[in-house]
Amino acid sequence: MSREEVFEKLNEVFRDVFDDEEITVTDATTADDIEEWDSLEHINLLAAVEQEFGMKFNMGQVVSMKNVGEMADIIISQIIE
Amino acid sequence: MRGEFMRELEYPFDGELILKKSKKLKRALSEERSDFLEKRIAVLGGSTTHDIIRILELFLLDQGIRPVFYESEYAQYWQDVMFDNPELLSFAPDLIFIHTSNRNITAWPSVSDSSERVEELLSEQYAHFQLMWDKIAQVYHCPVIQNNFEYPFYRLLGNQEGVFPQGRISFINRLNEKFYQYAREHGNFYIHDIQYLSASYGLDRWADPLYWHMYKYACCMQAVPVFAHNLSNIIKSVFGRNRKALVLDLDNTLWGGVVGDDGPENLEIGQETPMGQVYSEFQGYVKAQKEIGVMLAVNSKNEYENAIAGLSHPEGVLKPEDFVLMKANWEPKSSNITAIAQELNILPDSLVFVDDNPAEREIVSAQTAGTAVPEIGTPEQYIRVLDHSGFFEVTSLSEDDRKRNEMYRANMARKVQQERFADYREYLLSLEMQGTIRPFEPIYMARIAQLTNKSNQFNLTTRRFTQGEIEAFAADPHYITRYGKLADRFGDNGVVSVVIGRRGTMADVDVYRRGERPDMESGRQDEQTDGKKTAGADVLHLELWLMSCRVLKRDMECAMLDSMVEACRDCGAGTIMGYYYPTAKNAMVKSFYQTMGFEKTDETDTGITVWKFVIPPDYEKKNTVINV
Repeated sequence: MSREEVFEKLNEVFRDVFDDEEITVTDATTADDIEEWDSLEHINLLAAVEQEFGMKFNMGQVVSMKNVGEMADIIISQIIE
Repeated sequence: MRGEFMRELEYPFDGELILKKSKKLKRALSEERSDFLEKRIAVLGGSTTHDIIRILELFLLDQGIRPVFYESEYAQYWQDVMFDNPELLSFAPDLIFIHTSNRNITAWPSVSDSSERVEELLSEQYAHFQLMWDKIAQVYHCPVIQNNFEYPFYRLLGNQEGVFPQGRISFINRLNEKFYQYAREHGNFYIHDIQYLSASYGLDRWADPLYWHMYKYACCMQAVPVFAHNLSNIIKSVFGRNRKALVLDLDNTLWGGVVGDDGPENLEIGQETPMGQVYSEFQGYVKAQKEIGVMLAVNSKNEYENAIAGLSHPEGVLKPEDFVLMKANWEPKSSNITAIAQELNILPDSLVFVDDNPAEREIVSAQTAGTAVPEIGTPEQYIRVLDHSGFFEVTSLSEDDRKRNEMYRANMARKVQQERFADYREYLLSLEMQGTIRPFEPIYMARIAQLTNKSNQFNLTTRRFTQGEIEAFAADPHYITRYGKLADRFGDNGVVSVVIGRRGTMADVDVYRRGERPDMESGRQDEQTDGKKTAGADVLHLELWLMSCRVLKRDMECAMLDSMVEACRDCGAGTIMGYYYPTAKNAMVKSFYQTMGFEKTDETDTGITVWKFVIPPDYEKKNTVINV
């Protein structure tokens, strides 16, 4: 899966979770950019991403992830094998 | 139409989809209907509860309940109850859910503890909870749902964890047993069995420590829908929204094969083949539903004789007499469903329809408002799907529940009897009815509360009360309460009617005509006069009058009025005021008070009608057919 395809799927997940069809995420997107993205929604978001890509974040990754770009990196590293 | 409803929340559901699309689902569910039952639910957590509330709301909406939530601050479940809490008090919960887990156990034994020490720890841990429950009962008088404890995700003592008293599994088992004992001894207290749920889900996934350490969740996010669904089943059962009857197809649902084509002797049922065994187990499961008060009916495309022949198979567990109704014909199954609901005097949304054929399920689902039509899967999955759906979630086991099937069968016998009489009164007399009408009594409190929550059709004000409130009415001298039981030569119908009247003055009419009722506390201060007659309280306002539809047209309502009139005389009330609050389901009693000789004095824009009955000095008893 290319990085573009990953972002395309991520957009869908973000739109579902935050119920907002307007959302488009980029490498630099963080929780500050999406109003409803608080620590509680974050859990739900990660669960939805895991389900979409059929992978799981480990705790170290959850703790260190800084933006959507890093999220995409982790996804790509896990689904390429 | 229920047929148009979304099915995303029906078991077996896709939990991850529900989690992801919860906002969209909530919007759609809220628009599906307008007749939601509003309930105030306090969630007191020992761990994070945010997503539990988010998903629980969806399942409750799907069950027709619109919740308003109170959420405790993180892990403040105990403090919220034990210390002054004006916020929770003013929230006035209809139900309190305590979401604790083994992460909240503080008195774990260690391996070096003596057995006596473990005993002490067990009592200490239990007392922590019991204190809280007692306080809730004292202050909030509402139903409580309490999680039991799930097993821990590791075992220090390995396979002997349950054997040695120091083991955590032993500790949890004994603590849970104490919880169950409390539940047995206290009505209005229900266990949410997360021990079973976590086992059924898979404990390793359920207890994924990531969710505890990252977010302080007691179970993994993916298990939240299963959790919320299971919890919603208890809540809807407590509030009287259980389904009542199981309607079954026959061929390839209760046995393998088609009885009309293959002949009854060639059906797959019994111990001879693996498939026969599966159907036998399923028939046994269905038959056992009778014991918890579920009525059974048949809806099958078959000649009637063939249906009987199939159900008379010597290896079969179910027999023709296990069913209160049999529709074996060539009518569309949706028409049969409507007829079954009518004949049982219940609404189609009280039915669950089980059929192996997706096309038949589709017709019933699309044509019949509210009937549950589970995706039942393959024969070996039937029991799990029905069981985990929780249509008939048991929260109390009353004598009435166990006897319901017989009662409805007796009703059918009465119908046959009725056809033999030209004169209806003569028929009623032939039933040799015996009525018992008395103020609320402790043994019937549970049944009375249950009736206020599930009677929709013959219900003048459709007020829902918890058992705690019912007990409070019985104890309050301002209230006149009556329950009515009815038996006849065909059987005992149990408690079938409930009337609650409050003594007051004509000035109170203003409150009632708005659909409200005066605060129970108001006016209590002047209730110091010890005698039965209280000056100034010469009007009886009927806050509730309901009757089970299984005793329609038996003059039970006349006997209830007679009893209320007598009570009024004893307490010096000369006027009875009745109120009709229209709902989507109670049109049948729109003119009830008129029939009973009341005079209409008011009608509001919202359709509420106010009725007055001045008791004449020469009041003649209206009931002449029931021996009270």
